Amino acid sequence: MIAFADLLERLVFTPGRNAKIALLRRYFATQPDPDRGIGLAAVTGELSLTVAKPALIRDLAASRTDPALFAWSYDYVGDLAETVALMWPEAETNAPPPTLSEVVETLEGSAKADLPSIVSAWLDASDASVRLALLKLITGGLRVGASARLAKIALAEIASFPVDPDEIEEIWHGLAPPYLPLFAWLEGRGPKPDPLHAPVFRPPMLAHPLEAADLASLNAADYRAEWKWDGIRVQLVATAEGRRIYSRGADDVSAAFPEIVEAMAFDAVLDGELLVVRDGAVAPFADLQQRLNRKVVGAKMMRDYPVAVRLYDILFEAGADLRPLPFDERRRRLQAWYERVRPRLMDLSPMIPFATLDELCAIRADARAASIEGLMLKRGDSAYVPGRPKGQWWKWKRDPLTIDAVLMYAQRGHGKRSSYYSDYTFGLWRRDAAGADELVPVGKAYSGFTDQELGWLDKWVRNHTTARFGPVREVEKSFVLEIAFDAAQLSGRHKSGVALRFPRVARLRPDKPAHEADRLETLMALVENRPSGVQQAA
Amino acid sequence: MERAIITHAHSDHARPGHSSVLASPATLALMRARLGADRAGGSQQALGWGEVIRVGGVEVSLAPAGHVLGSAQIVLDHAGSRVVVSGDYKRRPDPTCDGFEPIACDVFVTEATFALPVFRHPDPAHEIARLLASVALFPDRTHVVGCYALGKCQRLIALLREAGWDAPIHLHGALASLCAVYEDQGVHLGPLKPATGLARDALKGAIVLAPPSAVTDRWARRLSEPVVALASGWMRVRQRAKSRGVELPLVISDHADWDELNETVDEVGAPEIWVTHGREEALIHCVGARGVRGRALRLVGYGDEDDEGLGPEEARAADAVDVLA
Repeated sequence: MIAFADLLERLVFTPGRNAKIALLRRYFATQPDPDRGIGLAAVTGELSLTVAKPALIRDLAASRTDPALFAWSYDYVGDLAETVALMWPEAETNAPPPTLSEVVETLEGSAKADLPSIVSAWLDASDASVRLALLKLITGGLRVGASARLAKIALAEIASFPVDPDEIEEIWHGLAPPYLPLFAWLEGRGPKPDPLHAPVFRPPMLAHPLEAADLASLNAADYRAEWKWDGIRVQLVATAEGRRIYSRGADDVSAAFPEIVEAMAFDAVLDGELLVVRDGAVAPFADLQQRLNRKVVGAKMMRDYPVAVRLYDILFEAGADLRPLPFDERRRRLQAWYERVRPRLMDLSPMIPFATLDELCAIRADARAASIEGLMLKRGDSAYVPGRPKGQWWKWKRDPLTIDAVLMYAQRGHGKRSSYYSDYTFGLWRRDAAGADELVPVGKAYSGFTDQELGWLDKWVRNHTTARFGPVREVEKSFVLEIAFDAAQLSGRHKSGVALRFPRVARLRPDKPAHEADRLETLMALVENRPSGVQQAA
Repeated sequence: MERAIITHAHSDHARPGHSSVLASPATLALMRARLGADRAGGSQQALGWGEVIRVGGVEVSLAPAGHVLGSAQIVLDHAGSRVVVSGDYKRRPDPTCDGFEPIACDVFVTEATFALPVFRHPDPAHEIARLLASVALFPDRTHVVGCYALGKCQRLIALLREAGWDAPIHLHGALASLCAVYEDQGVHLGPLKPATGLARDALKGAIVLAPPSAVTDRWARRLSEPVVALASGWMRVRQRAKSRGVELPLVISDHADWDELNETVDEVGAPEIWVTHGREEALIHCVGARGVRGRALRLVGYGDEDDEGLGPEEARAADAVDVLA
């Protein structure tokens, strides 16, 4: 556990993406099986080991420490597990600290009543860093300062031959801790794990935002248009071995949408938009949020917020990989498949006929339905390529302007909101002097959300605080807010060089990974589109 | 002050402008380097370890405190009773200064910077190994370690040398002059170079030492993608380390940790201790359970921060002499 504890500690303090990858790479390259596989599971959130309640830790502390000293220490440190990890008295023991796999195996096979003595013995044999990791692990409070995606990039980098992280992504959901075949493959000791018919995730194809300059260069005949739906993008995977709904970030969200899973009585991989649909009409995104992040869903929830999937692409049909086919051909296959299968709770996202770009502009300008964010433009000859290939797919949102920003700080509000963290400072990515990505704050929003969302955000902030400065909390840079605003204006008073007019939270984006939030250049490009904004600011 | 006995040369203990100053030879040398020869004291009297002078009816002598070069405990004997003022001290071996000598006494005036059981400093060699492992992992980045200019800086250099780091160590300008005083006093630090005036790439893979205030400030922009480290006992608590924007916290302290504070009180055998510079209540509570009477000694101008690089050093205007006044 020493190396794992050290990894966690360094990840918590390391801001840089590349540095995090380097730390993960070193861990995977130097640690033995099966420990590194358990560590990998912990980093990717596949390991859930809530076996102890905070009360157990309090009891342990009481058994070994003076209550007054404990109280002063807890008051100073502010975190229960950390306090106990730091003040746990040194014990006379020759026992080595437990290995990660030993911890996991022992906990899985132990009775609750034996827990205190098991954990005490481990704490005795460990140093403060291992004690902290151990206590966080067994109480389910482990926070890893890295995403599953970074872990997969690091895994690709330890391979003894060129491996694309997306290759790992594609087999990931067919694997299980401690991932021995995966490591064997990466180290050239075994074949590539074949998920066969396991319902694995396929990295999605993404679109670039379309700006005025891009529009002029497009040839209308090359592109197909669809509505950009205001839901969450999902990948439906149904094979003989199982059914899964994945978010675009590769999270398995099947449990939140059992009625969709039930309707997936087919063998295909489909790309589409999950929406709340009532009587054929798409409900606002806020309704869909009621359904997100749930481990179980009741009948009432399913009745009040009925979901459906609007399909727009087919990746696999009966085991055949259709991704190399051009979009037009895949669309034809999708339609034929749909006519034949007629799956419940699913329909096809319609194609929008147009002849010229001017016509398309008019269509976009007229699109005022709340469920439509704008248009998607896809090249008719585009293969389905993971990631964001240039010039293939475009997303063309309608006004107002929005950016996807990362929540950086939260501050308590005033009056009725004085107990809530209701003022949010958000930032965008940019390249710093050394060439690494950093977040730069671009604005502050304190409206646009419902009371329910406020409660949710407040709780998130409290659970993800990394530092406190009086009334302000710095949070983990992992939550994306979609910010709507009227205009972006150049500003000398802001670190970012840009100020937003009337920024508000358009919606919460728990489904979006922070590294996919927008870049400062994207916002700057919007400023250049509106040179008159500078004068308005005066 | 008309007459001051100075325990060590940290600026919150060694104030300028006293008429007469009594201190160890090394402390006087450091004070002259920091304050200037004239501001270090109207008359400066050096007292070697174990030498005794009489002040009024009191016999005064100095004993090593192990905190930084020249750091002393003040031993006061009067009519068969002995008071020892520890000043700041540590118990771990430190190649850059003489080690702490426990002296039996009737009243022990102890510091309490890290007087909470959560503060238990790890082996400094372990922390240096973490630093060197990071240097190996990120060979294209510069590791910049924030450290106090007097004491911590030179100890880090000595620890790095012990760990086999023979390459030049680069210094922020504020650190260089005190390293020179250490060399004059016979403490050898190996090759040292300025961190300034070099191309950014020249410092790739290098270790740079700088004052804590500089490591996350504009000064550090000259460095190649720096890994910011900070060497301090406070780094043991995550929240403290986080709030400093540190990427690599190193728990290396020049103060006694919780266990060492308690051991020292037991070792000197004083029936009464006066506790200052830190969290008095926990130490008083703990020694009380062992039959030792503890009193909190609130010093004039005492600030909330220790000199381990987390507060302006001037915040703590206390001085060993105030105890005697």
